[in-house]
Amino acid sequence: MLSKKEKELIIEIWEKLTPVAADIGSDALLRMFASYPGTKTYFSHLDISARSRHLLFHGKKIVQAITEGAKDISQLTVTLAPLQTLHAYQLRIDPTNFKLFSHCMLVALACHMGDDFTAVAHAAMDKFLSAFAAVLAEKYR
Amino acid sequence: MVVWTESELSIINSIFSSLDYEDIGPKALCRCLIVYPWTQRYFGGFGNLYNAAAIKSNPNIAAHGIKILHGLDRAVKNMDGIKETYAELSTLHSEKLHVDPDNFTLLGNCLTIEIAAKLGDGFTAETQGTFQKFMAVVVNALGKQYH
Repeated sequence: MLSKKEKELIIEIWEKLTPVAADIGSDALLRMFASYPGTKTYFSHLDISARSRHLLFHGKKIVQAITEGAKDISQLTVTLAPLQTLHAYQLRIDPTNFKLFSHCMLVALACHMGDDFTAVAHAAMDKFLSAFAAVLAEKYR
Repeated sequence: MVVWTESELSIINSIFSSLDYEDIGPKALCRCLIVYPWTQRYFGGFGNLYNAAAIKSNPNIAAHGIKILHGLDRAVKNMDGIKETYAELSTLHSEKLHVDPDNFTLLGNCLTIEIAAKLGDGFTAETQGTFQKFMAVVVNALGKQYH
């Protein structure tokens, strides 16, 4: 359950990150691959080394989708409909991995924002990313 | 048995020697109680946990956070015997404190985030990977005596 204040805080954070979307996104992915090697299996067809074109491109795409979702959290199911279909029928990434990615995104945010990533901001972001992941997995079965 | 490379040992020692336990311990525990409020169930006797501000200024929580970091230090000083080091603590958390071992991971996540906020770019993906491995071993050891 996200309060009005938390929703505003989330929008504020993601808008600030728009200029560095590729950096934050690729950083989060890189952290996930380093901490949870099993996640690399979904990217065997790409070059996921640090600063690679593929990694930056994918990182940017993910952050842009998250930023879009943040704009109106009550409408997540509508905003994410095409991505739901993509993940359920084509990518078929096991949803437990969404949790692992979310954790690494939080770490990337902490590295980037330092003390500004307060416990309150962290709580709001964790709740949002959990909701985002849950909606993303809705069409799986 | 867990195998640590020279590089991994060096990374873990480097991280912990850069930490002020009196600062990061309380911060990590407070973050856990705020981000995962259900963890407050284990701290009923610690005083006022009503909101984030109360948690952050609670001296009992701060003291406990420091205690936890010193507990982790014992593992850092005995990397090849973490399971043995925590056997007694594991029994304590299981038999006396009745803590769900999933909570160890939650606290570990919060400590990771505090360290990331402190070290910034210095907390590279490789460093995080090594730290997560260490925390996984710690969490596993703490859960070992549950039955």
